[in-house]
Amino acid sequence: MLELWETYGIWTATTLMYIGLIVGVVLLAVAYYTYAERKVMGAIQRRQGPMMVGPFGLLQPIADGLKLFSKETIIPSQAHRAVFLIAPMMMFALSLVAWAVIPFNKDWVLANINVGVLYLVAISSMSVYGVIMAGWASNSRYAFLGGLRSASQMVSYEVSMGLIIVCVILCTGSLNLQDIVLAPRPVWMQVLLFPMFIVFLISILAETNRAPFDLPEGESEITGGFMVEYSAMTFALFFLGEYSAMILMSAITTILFLGGWLPPFGIAALAFVPGVVWFALKTALVMFVFLWARATLPRFRYDQLMRLGWKVFLPLTLAWVVLMAGILMSAEALPGQIKTDPALRKPVIETATEAVGGTVKGAVEGVKEIFGPSLRERLEKMEDQAEENLEGEEAE
Amino acid sequence: MIVQALAFYLFAGILLMSGFMVITARNPVHSVLFLILAFFNSAGLFVLLGAEFIAMLMVIVYVGAVAVLFLFVVMMLDISFADLRKGAMQYVPIGLVVGAVLLSELIFAYGAWSFAPESVANAASPAAQFGEISNTEALGRVLYTQYAYVFQIAGLILFVAMIGAIVLTHRVRPGVRRQKVSEQHARRPEDVLEIQKVTPRTGA
Repeated sequence: MLELWETYGIWTATTLMYIGLIVGVVLLAVAYYTYAERKVMGAIQRRQGPMMVGPFGLLQPIADGLKLFSKETIIPSQAHRAVFLIAPMMMFALSLVAWAVIPFNKDWVLANINVGVLYLVAISSMSVYGVIMAGWASNSRYAFLGGLRSASQMVSYEVSMGLIIVCVILCTGSLNLQDIVLAPRPVWMQVLLFPMFIVFLISILAETNRAPFDLPEGESEITGGFMVEYSAMTFALFFLGEYSAMILMSAITTILFLGGWLPPFGIAALAFVPGVVWFALKTALVMFVFLWARATLPRFRYDQLMRLGWKVFLPLTLAWVVLMAGILMSAEALPGQIKTDPALRKPVIETATEAVGGTVKGAVEGVKEIFGPSLRERLEKMEDQAEENLEGEEAE
Repeated sequence: MIVQALAFYLFAGILLMSGFMVITARNPVHSVLFLILAFFNSAGLFVLLGAEFIAMLMVIVYVGAVAVLFLFVVMMLDISFADLRKGAMQYVPIGLVVGAVLLSELIFAYGAWSFAPESVANAASPAAQFGEISNTEALGRVLYTQYAYVFQIAGLILFVAMIGAIVLTHRVRPGVRRQKVSEQHARRPEDVLEIQKVTPRTGA
């Protein structure tokens, strides 16, 4: 018995402790993310946001949570009971399960697995089911429409997200999240990855069903979307799941593009600050983008959403994968690539820079050709023309 | 070891049970949901085998993409399944015959199964010959060297299937008004706008 305890018991106990710690921190972050959302949106819209419960309204999320706890859970009589109840639980569980592979600091990771990125993609592709099941099980037209919208939206944006992740993996040569953070990234590589960072930011907005892509909820047309029939704790689980998924996506962005727990811009002097703090700050920065976008942008129309996903992002990311692979190959920067003699290498880089320079020059000229003088100049010209006409008429 | 064994029986048990529920569930949506559970548990079995890459692909491809489409189609169907089931009993004999044939074939195949002598040593740990590298890398190494052509052909077949699906389902509907974003962007103020200076009490 003692032997069994020594082999498994201690491991189980410590792992459970870590799980408890991570879940606790994530849930606390979710609670105060909702508070931050209301405060930030309040500031953007020149309101105050919550300010009555506790100092600066800091206890507001706790009050909201208590309120949701004390409400009655209503299950529609026509709903498919089991599926109806499993859907929010699944949504919530999936948004927490993914945290297992996130490295908060060097070696601060619950499960340091070799396929960490794929695990994250797998978990995020599963979270579609929570939405579809909720939409179907509610047995309500609005909920069903919301569920269908969400499913096709999430599937569409997952494709380009996958390709963006391929771009990152091309640079790092590993599917392990710690290795991705620690892989060396010269400045030119970061410049190449920057457009993908922007596309990834937009895609995670769509993937988490957030504004301006919050069509599954679309309260103006389909009331509350897939969660219209949910109340009290079942609703709270959806809510927690959504916010936890947002924080998770911010953390993934941090790991893939912003260097995880490393100090910003590789400044060694800033390394005295613990890595977790940098990780949290960078994640908070991405989390702010979610709120910023929500407070600033109007909702997309559904066909525009699909157009952006399939006709803009998919070709762009696909082309970028090929481009990055080509550049990395010719610069001999692919992980594990055999390097040729530096003496022989120089002409390759020179020709590459020449080719890139020529392309950029051509593109700039082309854009100038297309757009010509700026809109303001043209409008001013038209105004002058109108004034001249007027003067001409007066002279007559 | 005991934990692995327990995990195996857990995954295998749920897999078999959900597989059984796929064919017995009354509601087709429940069937698909059990199918997803089955996929997920088979991914768990792959993890136990040390094939974590295959396990993740299983979840991403089957659970994340294929089953979503199944669920989509099944949810949209509006069929009374009670009617469909009415005459089902008369097909039981044929079903039993087909099942018996498949089962006997499986038994024969398994009875005649033999490993190539040189691969027996590798059977227990398929990635052993590559030493201490992850199985993602091991797969990549054989997929892009030894099986490069087969891999390319598989890709081509999928590509053709994709084009085929598009060709078969694409309908050209005349008179559909589409948003042409590039045209909207290309519109100039000169084409659509005229600025008039209006002097007081004279009108335009």
